[in-house]
Amino acid sequence: MITIDAKNTRFDSLNETIRNSNDDVEIVNCLGQRFIGAGLSNKSLTIKGTPGNALGAYLNGANIEIYGNVQDAVGDTMNDGEIIVHGSIGDAAGYAMRGGKIFVKGNAGYRAGIHMKAYKEKIPVLVIGGTTGSFLGEYQAGGIIIVLGIDSKKNIVGNFPCTGMHGGKMLLRSTCDKISFPKNVNTRAATKEDLDEVITYIKEFCKCFGYNESEILNEKWTLVSPDSNNPYKQMYVQN
Amino acid sequence: MSIDYIYSEFEVVRNQNRCTNCRACEKQCANGVHYFDNDKKIMLADESKCVNCQRCVSFCPTHALKIVKSDCSFRENANWSEQTIKEIYKQANSGGVLLSSMGNPNKLPVYFDRILINASQVTNPSIDPLREPMETKVFLGKKPSSIKRDENGEIINNLTPQLELSIPVMFAAMSYGSVSYNTHKSLAMAASKLGILYNTGEGGLHEDFYVYGDNTIVQVASGRFGVHEKYLEAGKAIEIKMGQGAKPGIGGHLPGTKIVGDVSRTRMIPEGSDAISPAPHHDIYSIEDLRQLVYSLKEATKYKKPIIVKVATVHNIAAIASGIARSGADIIAIDGFRGGTGAAPTRIRDNVGIPVELALAAVDKRLRAEGIRNNISLIVGGSIRSAADVVKAIALGADACYIGTAALLALGCHLCRACQIGKCNWGIATQNPELVKRLDPELGSKRLINLMTAWKHEIKEFMGSMGINSIEALRGNRLMLRGIGLNQKELDILGISHAGE
Repeated sequence: MITIDAKNTRFDSLNETIRNSNDDVEIVNCLGQRFIGAGLSNKSLTIKGTPGNALGAYLNGANIEIYGNVQDAVGDTMNDGEIIVHGSIGDAAGYAMRGGKIFVKGNAGYRAGIHMKAYKEKIPVLVIGGTTGSFLGEYQAGGIIIVLGIDSKKNIVGNFPCTGMHGGKMLLRSTCDKISFPKNVNTRAATKEDLDEVITYIKEFCKCFGYNESEILNEKWTLVSPDSNNPYKQMYVQN
Repeated sequence: MSIDYIYSEFEVVRNQNRCTNCRACEKQCANGVHYFDNDKKIMLADESKCVNCQRCVSFCPTHALKIVKSDCSFRENANWSEQTIKEIYKQANSGGVLLSSMGNPNKLPVYFDRILINASQVTNPSIDPLREPMETKVFLGKKPSSIKRDENGEIINNLTPQLELSIPVMFAAMSYGSVSYNTHKSLAMAASKLGILYNTGEGGLHEDFYVYGDNTIVQVASGRFGVHEKYLEAGKAIEIKMGQGAKPGIGGHLPGTKIVGDVSRTRMIPEGSDAISPAPHHDIYSIEDLRQLVYSLKEATKYKKPIIVKVATVHNIAAIASGIARSGADIIAIDGFRGGTGAAPTRIRDNVGIPVELALAAVDKRLRAEGIRNNISLIVGGSIRSAADVVKAIALGADACYIGTAALLALGCHLCRACQIGKCNWGIATQNPELVKRLDPELGSKRLINLMTAWKHEIKEFMGSMGINSIEALRGNRLMLRGIGLNQKELDILGISHAGE
């Protein structure tokens, strides 16, 4: 593993160093450099500090672990790999993500998991330990979003979640009494079978951040799924 | 009958003296118009299903068929056109948003047809392109503002990646899904033989076509379908689609019925699920956000690919283009309101956006005024119909043109404007395997090559007649243009004089 001190380093030269390294990379004193790990595969990055926007965009198999908070657009259009954040993340996380996993110990900002998609065995997973802002999972077309709301007094998700959702599913560790969902989704209390289907991701989350799995599971959960894969079918008339 | 019954728009006229009951028309029509009547022993037609694609007419071996516009019409009314009345019936019956395809067909000004091109007479002699070399090659991308030299006086290559085109025409974005595998294959093969580029559109790139990568623009749109690192690496350039001329400001919905087999795999969404491209990119709310997407793509592809940002021509297009030129993008593509589409709400298609000629002139003028024209290249599309349109567009300030509809016409499209139904009898806008195989990619690519070769000759003729031997010398050369029948405001926006001035 090589260690890079990112202090006073521009994003382009930092990213070039990462790309050209044949070894795993540790970045210390990271402060706002954007696009770290864009399109990266077959490498592990450890980041200490606060990386900038679009961390792990188009990530293609690399693993990134961040000891700190992360800014906006983490894992944009991510294809494969893992991003583990020991902190909170900004807005628009996992936009159009199509594979791989993102684990966040803290909270997520607005517009997390928009238009995540899936194809056969390729299923992206976004797990948020805390709460998320508004517009979670808009246009969700596939994949799994899990929000745990650990130690949170707030609503587990903000306003207007799941608008235009037409695939995938969402598991929220809350009864979601105070959250209003749109007409295009079905919500119900999650069963043990529902949780069993995602148990590997919850286990992995607990392992990353040292939580007790049974304590996490032992809570009321809500399952959200779309009521149609073809939400606009009835909207048009041929002209 | 009911209130909603509308007599068929078209009538099938069959010359029974010529018809041999060979049933070729029946086989050719995916809409099920033609059928054999066993009692009468003749071919009949259910005209209500006809879209006037002319497939049966073309394939009738005895030329027994023609399709004509029905003369059964409502009482004439200059305000309430027949089309408008029919649309109201359709909506009153269904409650649906009207869905159409291809470009705006309405009688709105086509400025290209109101612009005339200059030629040399006596002075500045014209050039014969058949005997003198004429350069139609163009390079798209940022041009450096200064020459830098090293300590030995050698020029440092500070040129960012460029696209080299043998002629300033490329095939516009049409997604795999909206058009067929064989359409993409025809475009890809033709582009690679011609030394130009085609554009994947937003549906990803089928694995069979990675071999044409050097002649491919890969598109990234709001739905990010089929976008991954290998896809970004595959193309020669990456286009961020912010908007489309046929439907500015709205997204796209490819119906689940078209998401089958390879389309599903290429887009990376399950079979039968709608492919929804949201209206905006939900991570782009500003030029700064656009800059972020531009640079994340550059970082992911190691700064080896020029980034194109495609927008629809809307009212403030000049200011928008100025922002894009400052976003780090290498090329802007502007798509006019007559641009085609595989499906768009009729009202949006016919009422939103502005003509590309005015937009192009405004953008070029603005970028020049701000001293940033060389920071960025300019592609125009929607709709470029001929070599004359190409020449006029370049003289108005474009570096290159996109053609979509013209390319499809070369492949056999008859502009019946029923792409959204998915039963294209010409094998273009369909995913039905039986229909797709009607388009032979070898023949299709040959016809595209023919079209582009013909345009290249015509472009050279225009250039020669103007006494210009390099297409780059024509770019923004508005002195070569004159308006005819345009008012002063229009002339001012186009930056040209009236004929006779």
